[in-house]
Amino acid sequence: MLDLGYYFRHLRINNRIVQTLEQEQILLKGLAGSDKNSIELIYRDNFSSIQSFVLNNNGSVDDARDIFQEAMIVLYENAGKESFKLNCQIKTYLYSVCRRLWLKRLQHLGKFNTKLETIEDIIPVELELEDHEKRNDDFNLMENAMSKIGEPCKSLLDAYYMQKKNMQELALEFGYTNADNAKTQKYKCLLRLKKIFFAQYKNT
Amino acid sequence: MDDILLLEKVERYLSGEMDNEEKSLFETRRKNDAELDQLVVEHTYFLLGLQTYGSIKTFKHSLTEVESKLISEGLLGLAPFNGKAKIVYFWKKYKRNIAVAASIAAFISVLASGLMVTVSRKFGNENYRVLVDQINKTNREVNKLKSNSVIEKSPITKPEVDFRATGFLIDRKGYLITNAHVISRMKNIYIENRKGEFFKAEVLYSDNEVDLAILKITDTSFKPVSNLPYSIKKENSELGEQFFTLGFPRNEIVYGEGYLSAESGSDGDSSAYQLNVSANPGNSGGPVINGNGEIIGIITAKDSKADGVVYAAKSKNIITILEKLKKSDNQFHVIKTPNKTDLKKLDRVHQVKKMEEYVFMVVGN
Repeated sequence: MLDLGYYFRHLRINNRIVQTLEQEQILLKGLAGSDKNSIELIYRDNFSSIQSFVLNNNGSVDDARDIFQEAMIVLYENAGKESFKLNCQIKTYLYSVCRRLWLKRLQHLGKFNTKLETIEDIIPVELELEDHEKRNDDFNLMENAMSKIGEPCKSLLDAYYMQKKNMQELALEFGYTNADNAKTQKYKCLLRLKKIFFAQYKNT
Repeated sequence: MDDILLLEKVERYLSGEMDNEEKSLFETRRKNDAELDQLVVEHTYFLLGLQTYGSIKTFKHSLTEVESKLISEGLLGLAPFNGKAKIVYFWKKYKRNIAVAASIAAFISVLASGLMVTVSRKFGNENYRVLVDQINKTNREVNKLKSNSVIEKSPITKPEVDFRATGFLIDRKGYLITNAHVISRMKNIYIENRKGEFFKAEVLYSDNEVDLAILKITDTSFKPVSNLPYSIKKENSELGEQFFTLGFPRNEIVYGEGYLSAESGSDGDSSAYQLNVSANPGNSGGPVINGNGEIIGIITAKDSKADGVVYAAKSKNIITILEKLKKSDNQFHVIKTPNKTDLKKLDRVHQVKKMEEYVFMVVGN
């Protein structure tokens, strides 16, 4: 186990310098709630070093954005977990994840022949990335299934399961005569989605 | 219909909407009915997947919004554009700036001709002349007419140019060296390549003591070049060493040849050399390259009274500055100065041919 300790870093928010152990916890909480300000702060603080890293290792600006996005998603997935405890800086965490992701991509492209240069501390993130990959596969399967059920099913399910609207609202929005009709329609759509989702699951 | 009713029951069970009686009934049924039990397990898993899907989608949406905000602020790069489109793109991006710049340019040029003719440096040598070329108003107007006539045919355009000097790459990703005095006169800085394409650049660092500045091409249409064929010399050069220079005293690249005539610059400045070479306004920031293909200096100024007395900042200043910057600022870690020269065994014509791709016009207003 690597002992990296925890050192304080200064972060500028509205030009005030804030001590960051607490600050990072706040950012993580914000991130878990998809809060745009937190996302923006994390971007501002970390993107350029990730971009330099990717550019210095055979990557493009687009690659850097892709990798950074994916790392943010990994962090998001974990920030929402009760059990998750970040025992290093967000910066170190993101850098480690990006480094690992980029290494994988290079290997995948067969481009990987030299050692990646590292200018920052890194922590082991392999297990988390395995989890992330599984989740990512599920995400893609779900997205694919969603794209196949067609309208109005897609919007209907989206409104109910993601935007958490109730049946009355759905009936009004989608023009059903009453909440019961909307409900029946919703279940029909859900059955369809499940069928498509599990079908592709069995195929893979 | 049966399926739907069943699914509804399962969802009500999972979400805890059932009352105790209904719930225990359902649980008994589940115990005895393997199919129902499986459906419950499956649906639990499925709903969880749907929920995760939804939340990641929402998060991705927020990410994209933040990204586009940062792109509009110029913090994030865009995908490079290809072919002709990039010039149109460039034009669209800077049209407004250029228009504003144009409207104040006339004012500045009147001011500038009065103020900037005799800028003498720290050493009190009144004949010390920096070699940035101030484009005079007539020239500029002519250029404007020219570019206007080009606009008729294609959307290619050039920014308003009040000053011209030289710069060269020290890293393939678009980092250049020029003189501090060059960029001190410019509000907007552009790098022009041989094809007449302009790229927006920004100053990363500027040092008035040794008169050097580091620029970065920020325009995303700029693509990193292949490896630089020259290196930057870390040691001092010897008296009498032969070299050649490349620069833009005209709108076209101009070659010059000379020798190192003193190991210090104006008034004993140990950070510079004195060179014997022909140099004119516009040569500022140009590389001084020895026969091995090593950059030994950067042209900065000349003595306005003495013939062929030109001053150049020593190349090792570039290395020292970068070393210093890298200690304090991470963004400089990406700069990798070339340390290997491919020009050694070539004759001069081929050396120049290889070099000129990496020497640019630095223009601005």
